Amino acid sequence: MVLCLGVTCLLCSAILGVAYAVTEAPIREAAAAKTARSIGEVLPSFTSVEEITESFDQIGEVTYFKAMADDKVIGYAIRSTAVGFGGPLTLLVGVTADGVVYNTSVLSHSETPGLGAKCTSDKKFMEQWKGLDPSVAELSVKKDGGSIDAITASTITSRAYTKAVAGAIEAFRAISGTSSVLGPAVDIDISGIDLSGIITDDDAVVPAIILQ
Amino acid sequence: MNKNLKLIGDGLVKNNPTFVLLLGMCPTLATTTSAINGMSMGLATLFVLVLSNMAISAISPLVPDKVHIPVYIVVIATFVTLLQFLMQAFTPAMYETLGLFIPLIVVNCIVLGRAEAFANKNGVIASACDGLGVGLGFTLALTVLGLVREILGSGSAFGFNFIGGHDGMLAFVMAPGAFLCLGYLLVLFNKIFKK
Repeated sequence: MVLCLGVTCLLCSAILGVAYAVTEAPIREAAAAKTARSIGEVLPSFTSVEEITESFDQIGEVTYFKAMADDKVIGYAIRSTAVGFGGPLTLLVGVTADGVVYNTSVLSHSETPGLGAKCTSDKKFMEQWKGLDPSVAELSVKKDGGSIDAITASTITSRAYTKAVAGAIEAFRAISGTSSVLGPAVDIDISGIDLSGIITDDDAVVPAIILQ
Repeated sequence: MNKNLKLIGDGLVKNNPTFVLLLGMCPTLATTTSAINGMSMGLATLFVLVLSNMAISAISPLVPDKVHIPVYIVVIATFVTLLQFLMQAFTPAMYETLGLFIPLIVVNCIVLGRAEAFANKNGVIASACDGLGVGLGFTLALTVLGLVREILGSGSAFGFNFIGGHDGMLAFVMAPGAFLCLGYLLVLFNKIFKK
């Protein structure tokens, strides 16, 4: 009796061990391909990408991908989660180096099919994130006085989506604040450059323009 | 040969796990939001059912009665995990859609039910045919249920939308619609096939 059960378990674990070894590489490839595809969707073309997990005082741990092209930071694809209607809603938000949202994509969600799940297919809802400038737009749904069009009958999902994007923007500010590209450490004499018409009251814009 | 064909036919109609035996209701109701999802769940169960039926009928003479259920569950769980690895590796999109319901095949009463009721008393080939029949019956039921819910709820069939950008009757994509559709399909199926 014990022998029978023992032998069965041994055999089964042996089979699974082999199967795991065989499928491990394809599984990892599939996951990597999916991540690469998502990053490609949310950022303009880049040549290399680096995954970084960083901890910030205000917002906690952030996982993001830094996309580079010709040694220049193109932008960051930031993973951001908010609680939706059916569970966590995880987005990948592409923010280009100038702080504008390039595109967003849903990494995982458990929203209601046909309602909240439309956040992955509703064109009108998805298009509005492209080129969204968080310094101009109010990041909340119109029902709450913001500038985001919610998905019909899915306000809670739309709110969560908006919150996740806002979280990513906050993370972007934290990231770029510490990064050498947009940081205050850049010391260039700007006295000879005519900045009238470029400078706004947003200080962060200045170093970004100089580096272009 | 005829006997085996009859076994497959029985699984499809007379012993249809969903419409006649009313087994495996949890994945039936939960995964049939579209025809494709229903069909994939059916095929995943079919895979496990055929293999576990064969393995169990092969080892059942060696298994003492006292431990037969644990042994069967270990065998079934092995095939399910195998399926999970394969799906993750080669059909990651499908794996994401079905997600949680793949590991739950382990405790699907259809699989254990066929092992107990058929495979441990019959030969390997007969058990394979039984698994194939019941698996096909389950796949058929889930595909039909998924198709009906998709047509009513999303206005599409197998992903092809035919009502433009409009919404379907959303209730059918959600749980109440699942119960409703299943109920009416049960009536219809039994009206046609039960004499």
